[in-house]
Amino acid sequence: MKDQAANRQDELLEISSGKAEHVYYWHCGHYISPFFMGLRDKKTILGIRCSHCGRVYVPPREVCGRCFKTMHDWVDLGSEGSIYAFTVVKLPYIDPNTGKPIKVPRTDIYVKLDGADTCLMHWLDESDETKITVGARVRAVFKEQRRGTIHDIECFTQI
Amino acid sequence: MERVAVVGIGQTKYEKGKTKNFAELSYEATRKALDDAGIELSDIDNVVTTTNDFFDGRTIACMAVAEAAGSYGRDATNVEGDGTLSAFYGLMRTLSGVYGTTMVSAHCKVSEGSPRKIVNQAFDPIYDRLLGMDAISSSALQARAYMQRFGITEEQCARVSVKNHGNARNNPYAHVPLDITVDDVMRSPMLAEPIKRLDTSPISDGACAIILATEERARRAARKPVWIRGVAHCADAYRLGERDLAWSQPLETAARKAYRMAGISHPSREIDVAEVYDAFSYMELMWYEGLGFCDRGEGGRLIDSGVTQMGGKLPVNPSGGVLSAHSVQVAGLARIAEAVLQLRGEAGKRQVPGARVALAHGTGGICAQTHCVWVLSN
Ligand SMILES: [Zn+2]
Repeated sequence: MKDQAANRQDELLEISSGKAEHVYYWHCGHYISPFFMGLRDKKTILGIRCSHCGRVYVPPREVCGRCFKTMHDWVDLGSEGSIYAFTVVKLPYIDPNTGKPIKVPRTDIYVKLDGADTCLMHWLDESDETKITVGARVRAVFKEQRRGTIHDIECFTQI
Repeated sequence: MERVAVVGIGQTKYEKGKTKNFAELSYEATRKALDDAGIELSDIDNVVTTTNDFFDGRTIACMAVAEAAGSYGRDATNVEGDGTLSAFYGLMRTLSGVYGTTMVSAHCKVSEGSPRKIVNQAFDPIYDRLLGMDAISSSALQARAYMQRFGITEEQCARVSVKNHGNARNNPYAHVPLDITVDDVMRSPMLAEPIKRLDTSPISDGACAIILATEERARRAARKPVWIRGVAHCADAYRLGERDLAWSQPLETAARKAYRMAGISHPSREIDVAEVYDAFSYMELMWYEGLGFCDRGEGGRLIDSGVTQMGGKLPVNPSGGVLSAHSVQVAGLARIAEAVLQLRGEAGKRQVPGARVALAHGTGGICAQTHCVWVLSN
């Protein structure tokens, strides 16, 4: 049996999945929807406070994982904070929004917004790492045309 | 806890672009594990497989691996996560009193799909995913947070890469054995600073299987049993922005629970060898701290001291670790298999002489959202 299998291995074939794709329509839900509306309509970033432990979460969601309580207490966090962590990405990557290559370097940051206990991930408009420091003050830059997505924030900029 | 042993292990060589399909790969590992234990599939009471639908490119991928993993005709369940967690389920099933033996298997053909896209799709589809996050950029943020808080240097991270790729030269299953220097790592291409090419793990295809048995059933196996002394698993928050990126509390929690179960009070003195999930070089330093091998923030000093090298008091990743072979959800199970080889004294050129207590560690999720810690002894 082994020899028979070996004889057939002079050609090992591959097959491609082709162009098939699966399209999803995700509901943003009852907590991310107001968050996106805040970006779109008021150029502000909304968080939510757990009335049990007092932590302020951004982006907002229904349940505090630590307390397992429903959160109701919305907090307007404005648009300023400080850098918690950053990286300048140099490896080319595919833009998940379009499936097309996007230019690098691109700077990813975690921002601790004033009044929040968690960090928000976004981009910084500075790709020279010698000009970026953890703790630097930043502000969200909003797009002119806003559609109620995370891209309503163009990026963050140092102030 | 009733005693449960690992009585058989099997691994494929880890490499990119394996021509065997997923089932052929899985079968190689399960067949090797049975042969290693000196038992037949009829001796296996139940099966835990480990699959990932995105990497396998099919829905409910666990179904497709039934024959190769030995699930046909018997009870089987599946984990979509790291193999250390599958082994944890296997342990619980063996302890249930219903099953005397459990086959635990994992396979992954990372190279067949689009690994960066697949990791991007692990992020929230309406938020982080759209910003292009993937394993490298998110880990770079974690590395930054960790290094900034504790003053860890890029050279200290590079030392992990030099050690583990060097150790991989002694492991016939490793994918990327390398004879490199700290300078080589520092000069390798910057991917997402502070992470450079040689700080990252490779894209590896592979499979691993282990067989667990109750004490009674272990007596019938050919191999000297390796006993499970303590195991624990703990999860962090999903969103990276909600975690302390510089310190893994869930790892410390899991380690403390596993040590308590195993009766270990001084891990750095009582553990002879450790296999940890170093998907990036900085992670090994963070895991030293969470596992209690050193104090918080001291991971850099520990690698500098040489304690974790071969020949040191606590060698970490004699196999070359995940930096030298990263078959995603297989990688944690491979850590257990390597720990078993060490405790049997069968680890060949990578053997830590006289190893009696070994630690194996696996992680799951982005930037190690979950940690599973195993303590084994001979
Ligand atoms: Zn709370």
